[in-house]
Amino acid sequence: MTLSLILEQLLNGIQLGTMLFLMASGLTLVFGVMGLINLAHGSFYMTGAFVTAWVAGATGSFWLGLASGALAAAATGAIVEVLVVRRLYRRDHLDQVLATFALILIFSEGTRWLYGSSPLWLNVPESLTGSVTLPGGVSYSIYRLAIILMGVVVAVGLYLMISKTRLGMRIRAGENDREMIGALGVDISTLYTLIFALGAGLAGLAGATIGALQTVQVGMGEPVLILAFVVIVIGGIGSIKGALIGSLLVGVVDTLGRILLPDFFKLFMDASDAAGVGAALASMLIYLLMAIILAFKPHGLFAAND
Amino acid sequence: MTSLDSTQQSRAKSRPLPAFTREQWVSLILLAGLALAASVAHFAGEPYFVDLASRIAIIALAGVGLNLALGFGGLVSFGHAAFFGLGGYTVSVGAFHAFNMTPILGIDFLPAGSDQMVPLWITAMSVCGVVAWLIGRISLGTSGVYFIMITLAFAQMIYYFAVSWPAYGGEDGLPIYIRNQFYGLDTTNSLVFFGLSFALLLLALGFCQRIMAARFGAALTMARLNPVRLATAGVEPRPIKQVAFVISGMITGLAGALYADLNGFVGPSMLSWHQSGEIMVIVILGGVGRLCGPLAGAILIVLMETFLGGLTEHWQFFLGLIILMVVLFAPGGVMGLLAGRARHA
Amino acid sequence: MPEAILSIQNLEKSFGALRATQSVSVDLVPGEIHVLIGPNGAGKSTLIAQIAGTLLPDSGEIWLDGKNITRLSVAERARRGLGRSFQVSSLAEDLSVKRNVMIAVQALQGSSFRFWTPVHSDPSLVGPALEALTRMGLDARADTPVAELSHGERRQVEVACALALKPIALLLDEPMAGLGPEGTAKLTLLLEKLKHDVPILLIEHDMDAVFRLADRISVLVAGEVVAHGDSDAIRNNPQVREAYLGDDRCSA
Repeated sequence: MTLSLILEQLLNGIQLGTMLFLMASGLTLVFGVMGLINLAHGSFYMTGAFVTAWVAGATGSFWLGLASGALAAAATGAIVEVLVVRRLYRRDHLDQVLATFALILIFSEGTRWLYGSSPLWLNVPESLTGSVTLPGGVSYSIYRLAIILMGVVVAVGLYLMISKTRLGMRIRAGENDREMIGALGVDISTLYTLIFALGAGLAGLAGATIGALQTVQVGMGEPVLILAFVVIVIGGIGSIKGALIGSLLVGVVDTLGRILLPDFFKLFMDASDAAGVGAALASMLIYLLMAIILAFKPHGLFAAND
Repeated sequence: MTSLDSTQQSRAKSRPLPAFTREQWVSLILLAGLALAASVAHFAGEPYFVDLASRIAIIALAGVGLNLALGFGGLVSFGHAAFFGLGGYTVSVGAFHAFNMTPILGIDFLPAGSDQMVPLWITAMSVCGVVAWLIGRISLGTSGVYFIMITLAFAQMIYYFAVSWPAYGGEDGLPIYIRNQFYGLDTTNSLVFFGLSFALLLLALGFCQRIMAARFGAALTMARLNPVRLATAGVEPRPIKQVAFVISGMITGLAGALYADLNGFVGPSMLSWHQSGEIMVIVILGGVGRLCGPLAGAILIVLMETFLGGLTEHWQFFLGLIILMVVLFAPGGVMGLLAGRARHA
Repeated sequence: MPEAILSIQNLEKSFGALRATQSVSVDLVPGEIHVLIGPNGAGKSTLIAQIAGTLLPDSGEIWLDGKNITRLSVAERARRGLGRSFQVSSLAEDLSVKRNVMIAVQALQGSSFRFWTPVHSDPSLVGPALEALTRMGLDARADTPVAELSHGERRQVEVACALALKPIALLLDEPMAGLGPEGTAKLTLLLEKLKHDVPILLIEHDMDAVFRLADRISVLVAGEVVAHGDSDAIRNNPQVREAYLGDDRCSA
């Protein structure tokens, strides 16, 4: 195990964390402001990936695909909010879970209906192919670096939006007091639709960019969704800062665990056993992390409404 | 009792057998209908439909387990597939070792599995009980969304463990080559297997009804409706919820054990979050906190799966639509539609 | 003065810079009603939460019947005889009045981990529950769902629930809140009788009821007990008149 390999995996972990942040920030915003738990968030991720792959395949332009993917996800989010989700804000979590579970069935099967069962492929755009040599001698994929950069831009953008703009002010007001923004004359339902669409768009963006690294297929959103839930639970539901730190934590721990644990068990086991035990434990690692954090901080690291 | 008692009160007290409520009638009809359907299918020579009835009984049983936590205890567990799958894996692993005559987990002093249902069921329930106790210990410190998420996460943890642990099939799952035995009965006979599943469902229903009418049930109900009130009355809510969660996990685990034998196979999908969602859908479609709600839900889901699935390969799309409609427009579920609003003594 | 049943000693609680409870000492002796009054935001709720056990004080001690209960859970305090009612009705709406009260009896009668005997036919639960209801004059409503009760009746059920615990001290948080004159008069009468069995620490806004019921009054302002005495002493205390009774909402 060389230092450069660990560095490379660390970057992979941060890149996974970036993806998770795009998912988790939307989830946590929707929960924090509207009190809605949305299982169907992974469907927007999938929508983003499919539309991107489809448009990029049809036009040959990755960037056009990317833009359409994110926009399509945001638009889908807005439609879903208006048709279904806004009826759920005042319901209990049980109804929200069930209704959004039903949305997953509808989206997954609907996508299969539209695109068929065979996966789609998306190529990394030419301008971002290849790799660069980073200081320390690590050779790393430009595309993955670009994803990390995009995550930084989104994080800064969200921070600026929430702390500096009128929309952000309304979002913060919404977190604190539903009635108050009502009294301020802000049109709450439009605000909620906007927030939901924003979250959906970010999830779509994540799906769109990941499409060039993985196959684009039905159900691709679900593993990421569950990781994103782990992230927001660890970070504290409703907190963007918690989502950011939770994402990086989960991304890095998961990635490094998969690399390091099998090697660790090789120290006192034979190789094939060590690989098995290591892999099994590595796949459980972030859930263990979450259980430990919640055992001590039942509302996550940065609880917004503690 | 004095003669000043209101007529209502004295009537309720003096009558030895109270009249059936509408909910009880509906439950009775559903149960009888299921048993009848299985018998008719058997004598008509349609084992496929008998197995379908067994499937209904078994996933209803899984739902009865979840309903105890979710419906009666207000504990929205999104991880009951953990118990369903663990129950299944216990049976499958036990049968695997009995078939190969190797010790369980490859540890020499452990027995060589079993092909007898009763010890396998007891083991499955014990395993699920212990796991539910551990999960409950940590999860019940949280509430609301955190509880939903942490139970989901624990189930995922077990799911990924099953996927990446190669000894018992990993991603491919583990088949049961010969259906396990129940004393002298021919368990490979579909009707016999249905009988076993149905009997266990009845037992579980009777058990749940009994404990919900007892002090434990009174405390659990109050823990759901108003935990602070329960504590103010001198009862710690958390141990009550903990015990309910454990019993709940054990019942769902038993259902998993039966399911493994029904299918002759266990795979990680039994542990997946889709499975958790499906059990939850059964409970909620049927009617949360209604004793026979899970049965109504299971009948509905299996029938839709079978007949909708016969019409279109995209039946899940329509299943989703139907669930969505029920949540939005019929919050009481099937039992709510058939038997009216829930009534409490 | 007789030995105190409930004794709160030098209680302190801060939230950040806000000192919500400042070295509060209050006690309750057998046979009395001790009323806590204070303007909104005086820290009454915070104090109640600490006595009831939902909030842990930063320092200070709470003693019940000669035992330190400062760090005990809500349920443990209840089992040791601290009964309480809530400011906002917190009954289980769907359950009958009797079932709401039976829960309290259940804890008194032992373990809740009994899985077999149905509660509705358990005389050791039903009997004491009906007895508590009778004391509050609610026996005729025993089988009515709480959802169908009037506001005043709910208040009475709240007290009955607390009574069913056979408490040695009662903590009643604004039991008159939202009651009309008739309901207030009725409840006042009931409490006057009750205090001979169980001493009551009462938080109340209705000044007529306060002056009629109180054996002693403590005035809480900004987290501090600023005055203490019987009704006349408080009525005539200039500091209290300025800080509290001057408030026109309470011009009694």
